[in-house]
Amino acid sequence: MRNTTKLTLRVPVPKHRPGDKPDFSGLAIPEPGDARRPEIDSTARDMVDLAFTLVRVLDAKGHASGPWKPNLDAETMRRGLKAMLLTRAFDDRMFRAQRQGKTSFYMKSTGEEAVSVAQAYALDRNDMCFTSYRQQGILIARGYPLVDMMNQIYSNARDPLKGRQLPIMYSSKANGFFTISGNLGTQFPQAVGWAMASAYKGDDRIAASWVGDGTTAEGDFHYGCTFASVYRAPVILNIVNNQWAISSFSGIAGGDESTFASRGIGYGLPALRVDGNDFLAVYAATQWAAERARSNLGATLIEHFTYRAEGHSTSDDPSRYRPSDEAKAWPLGDPVERLKQHLIVLGEWSEEQHEAAGKEALEQVNAANKEAMSYGTLGENKLPSASTMFEDVFKEMPEHLRRQRQQMGV
Amino acid sequence: MNMIQALNSALDVMMAKDANVLSFGEDAGYFGGVFRVTDGLQKKHGLTRSFDAPIAEGGLVAVAIGMGAYGLRPVVEVQFADYIYPGFDQIVSEAARIRYRSAGDFTVPITIRTPYGGGIFGGQTHSQSPEALFAHVAGIKTVIPSTPYDAKGLLIAAIEDDDPVIFLEPKRIYNGPFSGHHDQPVQAWSKFKESDVPDGHYVIPLGKAAIAREGKDITIVAYGTMVHVAKAAAEESGIDAEVVDIRTIVPLDIDTIAASVKKTGRCVVLHEATRTSGFGAEIAAQVQETCFYHLEAPIERVTGWDTPYPHAFEWQYFPGPARVIEAMRRAMES
Repeated sequence: MRNTTKLTLRVPVPKHRPGDKPDFSGLAIPEPGDARRPEIDSTARDMVDLAFTLVRVLDAKGHASGPWKPNLDAETMRRGLKAMLLTRAFDDRMFRAQRQGKTSFYMKSTGEEAVSVAQAYALDRNDMCFTSYRQQGILIARGYPLVDMMNQIYSNARDPLKGRQLPIMYSSKANGFFTISGNLGTQFPQAVGWAMASAYKGDDRIAASWVGDGTTAEGDFHYGCTFASVYRAPVILNIVNNQWAISSFSGIAGGDESTFASRGIGYGLPALRVDGNDFLAVYAATQWAAERARSNLGATLIEHFTYRAEGHSTSDDPSRYRPSDEAKAWPLGDPVERLKQHLIVLGEWSEEQHEAAGKEALEQVNAANKEAMSYGTLGENKLPSASTMFEDVFKEMPEHLRRQRQQMGV
Repeated sequence: MNMIQALNSALDVMMAKDANVLSFGEDAGYFGGVFRVTDGLQKKHGLTRSFDAPIAEGGLVAVAIGMGAYGLRPVVEVQFADYIYPGFDQIVSEAARIRYRSAGDFTVPITIRTPYGGGIFGGQTHSQSPEALFAHVAGIKTVIPSTPYDAKGLLIAAIEDDDPVIFLEPKRIYNGPFSGHHDQPVQAWSKFKESDVPDGHYVIPLGKAAIAREGKDITIVAYGTMVHVAKAAAEESGIDAEVVDIRTIVPLDIDTIAASVKKTGRCVVLHEATRTSGFGAEIAAQVQETCFYHLEAPIERVTGWDTPYPHAFEWQYFPGPARVIEAMRRAMES
């Protein structure tokens, strides 16, 4: 029989827009400890349930429980907390620097620090990270000098990338950090290729990559999943679902229809959906995936369920498309506060220590900023030598570029 | 109107006039686009006529092709021209050839709008000028306006055109013309007569160049932002240059260019894109073919350098008035 219903075009819309009161009561949030921890040799089919729940360890009061509890020693957790505080202080300072006209652009990771910092701790230093533009916490956790990050942001005389890249598009092979692209998702299948190379060479290093919820729509995301599955590449594929892709809510990327973690199942990739604001859960899931990759069992897809607490970038004004108090209403809290609370519950931390650590982070950032500014800023037009712009287009400079450089008169 | 408002008006007019016209892109629905070109269209014309799309440029173009095949006239926004490459296969192998390969059975009346060009400290992924890549493909038209008035008339023509059109928007001049002197304050479009844009429907035909400045000594061929740089160079150099704004890259109005070059006997071709195989090479070749016996000097090209667009060295990269004047003087001295 012919369907006589008139077809209609559906366009998804978010629950809240400016002026609405944010209400997340409909969001299914499983209790910490509820999710099971499968063996690392499980198949995607064996663990379908874990793509639809949330791996959580920390509760609202700071207690840790369940099979995913990573049993980290207090010192590591304190270091993690400090790295998150440092990331947050760094973000605040650099955001302000852009507003002061010292550089052209900045992107904060506020609210998402646990994703990068906990993962940096769960990975080995030699593992290669193919990040998006919001995982600066990895570099900070790995001890990359803040002043070098700032030099890049200021495009100044000591910018390691010689003024060529937009601020925050870092690159540091020595710190296992692949050059960031401004184009979305390109790094995802590249990470798979790097991991395939490591397997080919009989190495023990693995790769990890990050994309946002919005970028899962790009073809590159799907290339990455396919190749990772086919070649059982030793790679961790992360989706940072922070709910917003600039102004588009996650439903525009298909998030209303299924979880982002569940994208992995169709490719045969074991998938975990994790409370991204829970440092311990992020650490445990990453550790699980890393162990799996290092055991020649292949890739894992992890969705980190979190919230982008600030604008997309300095060019963005989120109050135009979402309620300004939505971040405060986010039911999974703040990653810094939650780890802090856990350490306090353990008797390994105090409000006083926290305040002192915050102050120390601020001082560290301010000192680095002072040094970086002494090498110049984009705003003052104190730049590296312009003649360098013709270098590295190729290994050897061809004649036509030599002539162009001459023509430019530098 | 500034250029953003003029483009918005073109979309608004066409959506009101033709129910088959719809607009979508990344952040282009509720929010109205990162450059605000689609602002208010969703509110006015409804959710299914101006909506947000997934971040998938290949998908954006492909979906538009499907809609076009059905008979709609979709207008796609690709947030930055630098992001268009995932859609390249759909543009080059599909949109451009569907009329040809189906012998006219299927057609693709789609418009792909995308901001291009540098001058906003966007670094290599928010500054590129990829027009030559599209110009090289048989079956696509490529349009670049240089004023609010032209932007509206050309966008309406693009939407009404029955073939796929790449509509490149020079984002540096969205709010006001830019002489190339980055250290001077930008003047708003409202101070210029080209901002006098009618509210209603009008068309500037595709494939017709305009004389942006009349002159007798030398012809400068330019498009987009560079039209204003060329005009500034003409004023500053004291050389009475005629500036031809080609407006449509393909099909190219060589007749207007040739008439000007035959009059002046000298030609400078100007674009922001990299030099090698830039569209300037095509213009120079056609000028040589049509005006060889009228040329008093070799044709000069002033372009971006053959490097990626460097963030901090934007103004060293950008072919500003000083470089244009240098080329004009060389041509005048020959």
